[in-house]
Amino acid sequence: MSSITTREAPRGFSAGEYMTCLTGIVWREGLRFLHQRERFVSALVRPLVWLFIFAAGFRQVLGISIIPPYETYILYEVYIAPGLMAMIQLFNGMQSSLSMVYDREMGNMRTLLVSPLPRGFLLFCKLLAGTAVSLLQVYAFLLIAWFWDISPPPIGYLTVLPALILSGLMLGSLGMLISSGIKQLESFAGVMNFVIFPMFFASSALYPLWRVQEGSPYLYYLCEANPFTHAVELIRFAFYGQIDWLSLAVVAGCTIVFMIGAIYAYDPSRGLARRGPAGGEG
Amino acid sequence: MTSPAPIAEPRATPRPDPAVVPALSIDGVSHAYGPRQALMDVFFNVQPASFTALLGLNGAGKSTLFSLITRLFGIQTGRVCIFGHDISKSPGEALRLLGVVFQPRTLDLDLSLTQNLLYHAALHGISRREAATRSAELLGRIGLSERAASKVRDLSGGQMRRLEIARALLHRPRLLLLDEPTVGLDVKARADIISHVRQLVTEQGIGVLWATHLFDEITAGDDLVVLHQGKVLAQGPMARVIAEAGAQDVNTAFMRLTGAQTMPGGGA
Repeated sequence: MSSITTREAPRGFSAGEYMTCLTGIVWREGLRFLHQRERFVSALVRPLVWLFIFAAGFRQVLGISIIPPYETYILYEVYIAPGLMAMIQLFNGMQSSLSMVYDREMGNMRTLLVSPLPRGFLLFCKLLAGTAVSLLQVYAFLLIAWFWDISPPPIGYLTVLPALILSGLMLGSLGMLISSGIKQLESFAGVMNFVIFPMFFASSALYPLWRVQEGSPYLYYLCEANPFTHAVELIRFAFYGQIDWLSLAVVAGCTIVFMIGAIYAYDPSRGLARRGPAGGEG
Repeated sequence: MTSPAPIAEPRATPRPDPAVVPALSIDGVSHAYGPRQALMDVFFNVQPASFTALLGLNGAGKSTLFSLITRLFGIQTGRVCIFGHDISKSPGEALRLLGVVFQPRTLDLDLSLTQNLLYHAALHGISRREAATRSAELLGRIGLSERAASKVRDLSGGQMRRLEIARALLHRPRLLLLDEPTVGLDVKARADIISHVRQLVTEQGIGVLWATHLFDEITAGDDLVVLHQGKVLAQGPMARVIAEAGAQDVNTAFMRLTGAQTMPGGGA
């Protein structure tokens, strides 16, 4: 009887246990993604529609002058490709957070949160897992886009990877922060309208900012202040083997701020505690 | 499964030894959602190798209590300790000793049984190889070895519950919480699950806190905690609670204590 009645000394967690937990969460997120074929297809179709239809139509309307990192005149398709990669990540980040709202309603989130490992670490694992899924989507998109003449220098496929990881983390942690403030799935649709569309359109994803400035200086400032613009530019430069330091600083800074905010919001003694019961009776 | 002893002659329940650390101790816990008070000064212990039934109607505060014990909500007032580890101060050590079956299903329906178990093991930092061994063993014990590779979606309600209990045991906890685990199950599945959990108490010495509003799930040797509108109205060995309420059975005792007019569940 003594073995079950005495108090155990705290023993903490080893690096191996942290690693097992991380790989487990990424593995499960990957499996779930593979099981949701529609999600993969729609994640792929959305940017391709922009590329094949929107860009083809706009090619004649919008002339792009030579701006860094491009060294020659480029087609409009080539211009918007980095914006579309960021769009994939934006949607994926918001969708992962949608799944967190869903998980919380359905109880799956509880399984994650009752793990004995530190909660901040668990949320970070969840973010990394979401980012890994977004990378799968982006590279699948790039493969198809390659046939559409979106062909950067081959090294670009490699140099864009760290940029994508960072922007994926930023957009994922933003989504996580938003999800912590949402009580029900229904209110999420509104957030999509107020977050995804403004972020995407008020950015350099579809048009270079100098053109925006010609049209409306205010919109230009708004775009400049939009972290999504910097995610797009970070990806754009990295795709051509260059670093846009300002964007790197903004994206890294925003990632840290959003992540701390999300971890704070999911802390039991603060965020979730203020709300009503997550499910079942009170 | 222990056979129910007659109520008139209560089994000599092992009384808490002060030197023994309780599996779970709830010490003066209150909780409010804004102005609404969900729990008021709740006190009770769950001893190792004991079956404690938390009795309460819907809305009594059972789920809030479970959310506090599992650290989904922060503790506002009071203290919750699992084998002496304060859930607020050393959550990692406390949660490591805790297994929990929530009332809503929390399985990944599109993943297989084994995948669900491996994911849970990973969340506890259990290596892949060790997790695979334990999963196979637990699936064998709940009679679902042959379904290991099936999707959870294809299981029956009772099988899913059994899987959830197996999952809760994967990291070898010493305290098991179950929040109305038999809701929505047929008679046979209910009986299987109850006897399985009672076996864990007697054979493995696990402390169990079983929230329910179904009185026929309780037997004479159990400890009871009667929770009503956020307050503990009575607690102790079943026979004592019944005697103190001046009743003949749990059902009447519960109704006297709470002033409830209708029977919420079957008789004991």
